[in-house]
Amino acid sequence: MRRLFPHPYLTLTLIVLWFLLVNQWKIGSLVMAVILGTVIPLITSTWWPDRPRIQRPFALAAYAVLVLWDVIVANFQVARIVLFMPRDRIRSAWITVPLELTQPEAISLLAGTITMTPGTLTADMSACGRALLVHALHAPDPDAVRDDIKARYEARLQRIFA
Amino acid sequence: MTPLLDTALDLFLSAILIGGGIFALVGSYGLLRLPRPMQRLHAPTKATTIGVGAALLVSALDLLGQGQISWQELLITLFLLLTAPVSALFLAKTLILRGEADPGMPDSGTGQPWATLAEERADP
Repeated sequence: MRRLFPHPYLTLTLIVLWFLLVNQWKIGSLVMAVILGTVIPLITSTWWPDRPRIQRPFALAAYAVLVLWDVIVANFQVARIVLFMPRDRIRSAWITVPLELTQPEAISLLAGTITMTPGTLTADMSACGRALLVHALHAPDPDAVRDDIKARYEARLQRIFA
Repeated sequence: MTPLLDTALDLFLSAILIGGGIFALVGSYGLLRLPRPMQRLHAPTKATTIGVGAALLVSALDLLGQGQISWQELLITLFLLLTAPVSALFLAKTLILRGEADPGMPDSGTGQPWATLAEERADP
């Protein structure tokens, strides 16, 4: 089982994706979906040897809703800065975010979240993978931004990923 | 659906479309207005996401009047959310490597340099 399905979550995701792509519920689509869901994880497993350990898949769904909401809020904030803030008053800052997370999948998710949410952008990671370099568009108080990222997103991801 | 509901849906979708269009425009305007390259990166990653997202949402719900929802748009939105951070990261890393990013980059605090500036990649 383990060798046939190295990434069960990926297999499930690919099956759902295929159904969304063909936009119809037919038995033929299911066959194709299962074939793709089996073959793609198999041929890509060389580049993804470890399996992510997800402890609470439902908390992951709640996290997605939270991030989606924050993306919308982020748009309003960035739009306001772009439109109304005088150029010389925009206080951009670099922020180092030390990481508690260790799983690569969790770190990727955190980095993506940071980029999509209020005025922050993941720019780089330390060579050892234990800190993220974040650029903030307008952050008069960089430390508060760092604490916010750690409390709002990283703590949740830590609970989701074992 | 009754004609009244149909009109209400049309109005609602049009409002989303216009709102999304405004955000897309603001994102592009941000590219012009913000002075530094790292700041310019912020505008397209966020404002454009909601612009395209709104257009896709309307496209997905447009046939709701006939009791249909198109799921492919949901997929495009998902791919957009997955790929936008990756392209932004690549652009940021390029700016760092070329020395065109904002000055005053902090230390990583782990005793190791930032991955883009590391001499050799540490073996994972």
